[in-house]
Amino acid sequence: MMDLVWIFFGAALVNNFTLSYFLGLCPFFGVSSRLDVAVRLGLASTFVMLIASTGAWFLNSYVLVSAPYLRLISFIVVIASTVQFVEMVVKKASPALFQALGIFLPLITTNCAILGVALFQTNRGYGLAEGLVFAFGAGVGFTLALSLMAGMREEVELSDIPSVVRGTALNLLIAGVLSLAFMGFAGLFSGM
Amino acid sequence: MAADEKSPDRLYQEFVKGIWKENPIFVQVLGMCPMLAVTNTAINALAMGAATAFVLIGSSFLVSLLRKFVPKEVRISTYIVIIATFVTAADFLLQATVPDIHRELGAFISLIVVNCLILGRQEAFASRNSVGYAVVDAVGMGIGFALALFMLGSAREIVGFGSFFGMPLFGPNYEPWVVMILPPGGFLMLGMILLVMNWFQQRKSRSREMMEKAA
Repeated sequence: MMDLVWIFFGAALVNNFTLSYFLGLCPFFGVSSRLDVAVRLGLASTFVMLIASTGAWFLNSYVLVSAPYLRLISFIVVIASTVQFVEMVVKKASPALFQALGIFLPLITTNCAILGVALFQTNRGYGLAEGLVFAFGAGVGFTLALSLMAGMREEVELSDIPSVVRGTALNLLIAGVLSLAFMGFAGLFSGM
Repeated sequence: MAADEKSPDRLYQEFVKGIWKENPIFVQVLGMCPMLAVTNTAINALAMGAATAFVLIGSSFLVSLLRKFVPKEVRISTYIVIIATFVTAADFLLQATVPDIHRELGAFISLIVVNCLILGRQEAFASRNSVGYAVVDAVGMGIGFALALFMLGSAREIVGFGSFFGMPLFGPNYEPWVVMILPPGGFLMLGMILLVMNWFQQRKSRSREMMEKAA
């Protein structure tokens, strides 16, 4: 049980996927201009991560035993079809959200964080339960980072900033400071 | 495509734009996910850049070759499978030739698959142009990407470790900026590089305005 808690906090805070592994940066900079959209994209990604993790576990234990070199290709196919599915559901359930997410919904396929979950889980030899907790932690961490970033960008939007810094440069600097702050979590478990 | 468009001039243009004017990292800000994670030393950055360029060139060639046969509805999946094939090849190639670097890069080699830059080039260029241009474009973009990676990697290694390709630069009294090796350093360093580029850009456009006013 303790292991699972470790895995969860490790993925969500200590080794936050976005801020310390640099995974999922495209949506991190692309969709983080408004808070509500950011939170929803985070939740959609978390959902895809959970399915991808289950799929990766299944593939690893039953299919890829005899053909390990097909791992990457089969993972990406699973993720792409899941995203397609999520896209259809969102389009049906909430057309407004579908509009807001725009191009970034299909781009979840190329969100490194999701393939990252599947690959890291394979490299570390996680089982089904561990994999799911890991994926959930990673999703929570991604959502957290995305919404923090969106909150800050909403503030920055209204402040007086030299025009040289505006845009990507400032976003990167903000992300750097945020990442610096998240490094503080590294001490979280060292005392235990 | 008309014959006169196949001039060496256009080939040259397609080649150069990837390196400077449309540099994938500094201008388009694409493909950042794998780039920030592995650019803590110059040699890692170079290996990553070379692997990405290899995948980009290979898949651009194949996508452009197959562009008339792939149905529109399934094109993205087709591109992804083609890219994944080349990435698998690059992965095994690195493992066989430079096992140390391969170990350090770890899962990030596999993550080249989801590099937005590669898929973006297939969608925006290779699927619409003939093989020659597609390959030239891919070579240009690949070099631009590798160059940017190398710049970032060298900058982080020089200030973070005080060395370049493992050779110490500043003597024993240099206090390394450890933060530049750590994840935040990646964001900060790229932010600063972009800042400097913005500044140059603004200065250039301002001086052009002055010139026009004077004339």
